[in-house]
Amino acid sequence: MGVRSVTDNLGIERATDRGTEGLARFLGWVSLGLGVTALAGGPGVSRICGVDDSRTARTVLRAAGVRELGHAAALLVPRRAGLATWTRVAGDVADLAAAGQAWRNRRGDRRRRLTYTVAALAGITALDLYASVRATRNRRPGDAGHAYGAVTINRPAEEAYRFWHDFENLPRFMYHLQSVRSTGPRRTRWTAKAPARRAVEWEAEVVEDRTNQLIRWRSVDGSRVANCGTVRFTPAAGGRATEVRVELDVHLPGGRLGRLAAKAFGENPQQQICDDLRRFKQVIETGEITRSDGTPDGSSIQAQAKQRPARPLASRTA
Amino acid sequence: MKANCWIAPNQVAVEEVPEPRILNPRDAVVRVTSSAICGSDLHLLDGFIPAMKRGDVLGHEFMGEIVELGQGVRDGLRVGDRVVVGFPIACGDCASCQRGLYSVCENSNPNAAMAELVMGHAPAGIFGYSHLMGGYAGGQAQYVRVPYADVGALKIEDDLADEQVLFLSDVLPTGYMAAELCDIKPGDVVAIWGAGPVGQFAAVSAYLLGAEQVIVIDRFPYRLRVARDRAGAETINYEETDVLDTLRELTAGRGPDACIDAVGMEGHHASAALHAYDRAKQAVKAETDRPHALREAILSCRNGGTISAIGAYGGFIDKFPMGSFMNRSLTMRSGQAHVQRYMRPLLERIRRGEIDPSFIITHTMRLEDAPHGYDIFKNKQDDCLKVVVKP
Repeated sequence: MGVRSVTDNLGIERATDRGTEGLARFLGWVSLGLGVTALAGGPGVSRICGVDDSRTARTVLRAAGVRELGHAAALLVPRRAGLATWTRVAGDVADLAAAGQAWRNRRGDRRRRLTYTVAALAGITALDLYASVRATRNRRPGDAGHAYGAVTINRPAEEAYRFWHDFENLPRFMYHLQSVRSTGPRRTRWTAKAPARRAVEWEAEVVEDRTNQLIRWRSVDGSRVANCGTVRFTPAAGGRATEVRVELDVHLPGGRLGRLAAKAFGENPQQQICDDLRRFKQVIETGEITRSDGTPDGSSIQAQAKQRPARPLASRTA
Repeated sequence: MKANCWIAPNQVAVEEVPEPRILNPRDAVVRVTSSAICGSDLHLLDGFIPAMKRGDVLGHEFMGEIVELGQGVRDGLRVGDRVVVGFPIACGDCASCQRGLYSVCENSNPNAAMAELVMGHAPAGIFGYSHLMGGYAGGQAQYVRVPYADVGALKIEDDLADEQVLFLSDVLPTGYMAAELCDIKPGDVVAIWGAGPVGQFAAVSAYLLGAEQVIVIDRFPYRLRVARDRAGAETINYEETDVLDTLRELTAGRGPDACIDAVGMEGHHASAALHAYDRAKQAVKAETDRPHALREAILSCRNGGTISAIGAYGGFIDKFPMGSFMNRSLTMRSGQAHVQRYMRPLLERIRRGEIDPSFIITHTMRLEDAPHGYDIFKNKQDDCLKVVVKP
């Protein structure tokens, strides 16, 4: 029921940055180890670090231990660590400053041990920085917009296929599209909305068409926004229902057009395709897009965050 | 128009708001003639249902007259028709609706993604019942927009009074479904926690469905009196006697065949310490719902019996007696009432005089006095059992 929201079960997003995610998890366990060691290790730890001569230093060490546990929680508890490695980078900078201060104030054996401490901290900082930069890069939208969504609709595959096959229907539930016009056999002209009443246009052609099963389309060569999509229709519930699975790939050009196109395709194509499919289900099953006073424009994850109160709108016509 | 609005926890107010209009082809706009305050509205008032916003129009039990219709309304509804509207908003076209599971309609909740985060999958939209349930304005107002009117609005053609048919919108089908979920066999004993409107109707319905004995449990003598006098039930005041012992005694040791929890998330317990335990956890959000009635229902039920959980829950509970539930082969059934499934057959029963739901009404007041209605209903003042507001 409802819309399968995504990637987790199918592993698409995970596949693209599994390495980064794994590194973040590893750093999370490192944090946990360091935190527990600093808090439970007692005087031994401060001796190894070369700061066993100062009560302040021991307090600083314990505080760092508590902080490490915080990093561990940020990295290990959420399903995706995301940008939490940056919290470690910030912690590293604080540790390096504290260790540098201690190094300047000490001589002899302690200074030697502090040199090792600073070197180890620098190494960890480098690793953290690497992991954080990599995670940030992976999150940058645009370079490879890939989105997937699935929904079960209570209609036979023929009906779902026919509805989708008439591409001019798509803007009814795909809000980022202004229009899709048929320009010839297998050819369509797509216009997507962009900020400030601008529009991004491209020409697409159907490259594969299996009746009641699959439609695959792609923008024609020379399009300013290269993109392709596939929709599959699989009978479910003994033929009464249909599983509809959509995949979209958008290659965005650089520069201003790229930014404009990115806006047109939405900040988060994955989220958008889930919204689109929810509305597709509503339109094909009920004939209309469900609207409430809190969400008058229909299902959209972004609108959910900015709900109007559930009271009638001041003015709106049918 | 005037509408009763949620302002903040423990605060509702009648405010001036714009009149609703048709937004979709299958919409209707209804001029409300009667509306009621539901026990589940008290969960909103108390702030235990998440995703409420200041200014949300409340109310999901209402009836009135159609004043405007969209172009696409399929059924034979006409402007001027007198209708009762079911509280779950349902499209009638999705797989759930076609199975008769209207309260889990797959299309009527535009905020389904929000509900999926909390509940895994989303239930239907509900009038005036938080943004998790769609963000729809409710019917404690002069006018209300009814989406999918051809599924949700039942035309009333008889000269039955509002008071006799109003509760088809929620509490009567809810109580009836609670009893139906028990799969009652002749000779069965059914115990019901909560003598509010749903508990009263569950008791009446359990007898209609063939129960031999119905036992209602509450702590307010005036509510237990109604259960005895109007529903013909045995009663237990849990502040005076131990519920488990009494139920064992009444059933010669075996326990009731079915137990209905018509209390839900804000239950109380005779032991002040036990009540304080859950109240404290709820206050620090370590659990959202206090399941006193559900726990007791499970422990009381006979081996192999059925629990019907009809009282509203919002989130998470603690100390669920899973060991008792599993080892004793119990079955639990639940759900917001699939009102549209029960409206016609229950209207038929009202018409035939088998049920007169108006017996639960204790107060009728103007819409402007709705906040006072919430107050006396919540605090069980003036023997309040059901408040009807007239816009």
